[in-house]
Amino acid sequence: MASFVRFTLDGRACLAEEGAQLVAAAKECGVYIPTLCNYPGIPPKGACRICTVLVNGIPQTACTTKVVEDMAVVTRTPELEEFRKAVVEILFAEGNHLCPSCERSGNCELQALAYRYRVTVPHFPYLFPKRDVEAWHPKLVKDHNRCIQCKRCIRGIHNAEGKAIFAFGKRGDKVVINIDPETSKNISDELAQRAMDICPVGAILRKGKGFDTPIGRRKYDHQPIGSEVQA
Amino acid sequence: MEKNIEAITAKYRGDATRLMDILIDIQDELGCLTPATVARIAGVLGIPQVDVEQTVSFYHFFAREPRGRFAVYLNDSVVANFYGRAEVAAAFEIAAGCRFGEVSADGLLGLFHTACIGMSDQEPAALINGQVFPRLTPDKARALVAGMRAGKTIEELKGDKYGDGQNSHPLVRALVKNHIRQRGPTVFSDYTPGIALAKVTAMTSAEVIAAVKSASVRGRGGAGFPTGMKWEFARRAPGDVKYIFCNADEGEPGTFKDRVILTERPQMVFEGMAIAAYAVGADHGILYVRNEYRYLRAYLEQVLAVLRAQNLLGERIGGQAGFDFDISIQFGAGAYVCGEESALIESAEGKRGEPRDRPPFPVEKGYLQRPTVVNNVETLCSAVQVVLKGAEWYNRMGTEQSKGTKVLCVSGDCDQPGIYEVEWGFAVNDILAMAKARDVQAVQVGGPSGACIGPDEFGRVLAYEDLATGGSFIIIGRHRDILRDVVLNFARFFREESCGSCVPCRALTGMAQVVLERIIAGQGTAEDVARLQAWQKIMRNNRCGLGQTALNPIVTTIRNFRPLYEARLSRGDPRFVPSFDLPAAVRDYEAAVANG
Repeated sequence: MASFVRFTLDGRACLAEEGAQLVAAAKECGVYIPTLCNYPGIPPKGACRICTVLVNGIPQTACTTKVVEDMAVVTRTPELEEFRKAVVEILFAEGNHLCPSCERSGNCELQALAYRYRVTVPHFPYLFPKRDVEAWHPKLVKDHNRCIQCKRCIRGIHNAEGKAIFAFGKRGDKVVINIDPETSKNISDELAQRAMDICPVGAILRKGKGFDTPIGRRKYDHQPIGSEVQA
Repeated sequence: MEKNIEAITAKYRGDATRLMDILIDIQDELGCLTPATVARIAGVLGIPQVDVEQTVSFYHFFAREPRGRFAVYLNDSVVANFYGRAEVAAAFEIAAGCRFGEVSADGLLGLFHTACIGMSDQEPAALINGQVFPRLTPDKARALVAGMRAGKTIEELKGDKYGDGQNSHPLVRALVKNHIRQRGPTVFSDYTPGIALAKVTAMTSAEVIAAVKSASVRGRGGAGFPTGMKWEFARRAPGDVKYIFCNADEGEPGTFKDRVILTERPQMVFEGMAIAAYAVGADHGILYVRNEYRYLRAYLEQVLAVLRAQNLLGERIGGQAGFDFDISIQFGAGAYVCGEESALIESAEGKRGEPRDRPPFPVEKGYLQRPTVVNNVETLCSAVQVVLKGAEWYNRMGTEQSKGTKVLCVSGDCDQPGIYEVEWGFAVNDILAMAKARDVQAVQVGGPSGACIGPDEFGRVLAYEDLATGGSFIIIGRHRDILRDVVLNFARFFREESCGSCVPCRALTGMAQVVLERIIAGQGTAEDVARLQAWQKIMRNNRCGLGQTALNPIVTTIRNFRPLYEARLSRGDPRFVPSFDLPAAVRDYEAAVANG
């Protein structure tokens, strides 16, 4: 049987399974910690930093933090909220995000976070990078304009032999996610669908698949992201 | 090509964690790593092409296209530019008939920019086919290109005016000078290999750790973590296989101490690693050296061979049953971030140098997920001397919280640039006097990730508790334009060197450069300056030290040299929308007109 540990979340005493991921444990306790690069079931990689919380007073990403006994976690301070909003704004200014023409609009986690944090005009200079749309693949389209380099696809999608299909290329602000021409060659429709689903934005699209739900009736069109956990 | 790839891969037993070595060797053979070569390597190793590609495309010195028979990497650091780098670059371009980033039409030579190559005491300097050409002038650049045209070899181009000390060793033969201006009692005092190890093998591992702890040795890379504690964590970590890494990836612009230590005291560094291994219970060590110092490879390999022959490395060291330890050398391929210990480990595993999330720390799960100690070159030298001379001796030097000595790398506007090994606690003013600097406007202490300070702070002392430094000490004269000549160079450096994983670091390094350029061009506003300062808070939440300090060049100069910024702000109506950039808006037009 799993053993439970006591910890505090924003001053409130909580219980979690020992070693549980802080994001998941907080969710269990009704506290929403925003995430972007985190995805349940795949190894975390504190890349987007939006889940930064104070653990015993020290900023740490909640996705890479495991709950231990007596841990004191603060998830909401004006500084943390300001930081999270900044991360969302930076991502909008860094890539080319034209929401009204994006297939993912309404189901996009980045867009949903922008609504949640009431982003209007980004306070960061738009970089308008020159990026490609990669459509050579038989099953997938990779629109690099929309990619936020969260690495979910890199960490979560492997072919039948367990080999990588996606990987980072280059570094710094030139970083790009590449698709392997060999390992991705014969992927199933299910895996292509999972690659699209795992992407928080509209950077990975499955070819030959229409969109069932019209804009206006999609997941985040009515309910803010995270509202199922905490208002 | 096929044969070369297979032979080299086989040399590393087809082990994908040795990808760095494989790529370096293959590039040596083939000149560059084309997509076809990458695909072939992936095939031979049985890993996806994208996984090879991510390593190849991460490192600056891996080339995707032929670089010419002579690949000229001219340092573009702040200090290189102080000493006439622009004129040297222009001379190279005219003589070669091509621009930087290109290869001459005849395929003879390629010209490339590169970040600080660890020669700040003898700039401008270039790496040509891995050999160092320091103290360049436009005349020398022209002569070099003429020599290449005349069919000279790289050795013939170098000539025989080798530097002092071991720079003249037959296996080094470098034009590099040591410039050791001040020999201190730790690294550059008299030293005979083996005595410290003999003492250590008569002690228990706990006693060795206790000695290093009571001497309060702290990490010399800049962060200052207590060394004895690090060793103890690794010793206590469960597991039979443990590793000792020596971090010789000094990439902080203005730093060159590891170059000189590895040239003059490699035995001491290796002995320090063996002592650490004894204390921790490790049987393998890796010296991770930046690619820029690859000219030391044959020499360092020979030093290791001699130590093995003397039974100071290998099996049953000093006749002690169970004390087996050997060292291999791992070269990097051009990435500043690999100086961060977990990025260094990733790199040594053949991957892109992306810092890891912590916990777990390397002492728990490091190289190949085993407990790993990563120590700076100078830290290991300190450990050797603590064993030899005792904690009490060590503690007599330095300040309250900073015991012992520090090797400083002094460069920039002074008459005596070079290596100064001094006790912790010297004031900035003392160092300036030693280096014979005059008319000093500012000092960049600790490199770009440190702070830029003005004369009102020259009374401050070098110590972990005041001005911490990994060694870089760049003197900036009165006549320099700090924003253009220093801060902008550093801003570009961080943009280039970010690994690109954390959102704030990846994006804000570039955005800060954009805003800074606007200010330098006279189009910035007070709001821009405030914005740059505010971004520092965002950057603090990056994963690693690079990201956390990447805006330091900007924010420390805003704090200490605010008038330099204010003098450049746009004088227009403050209500005017400042984001309209006239030169950018008419750039296409200007280009069209210029091209007739």
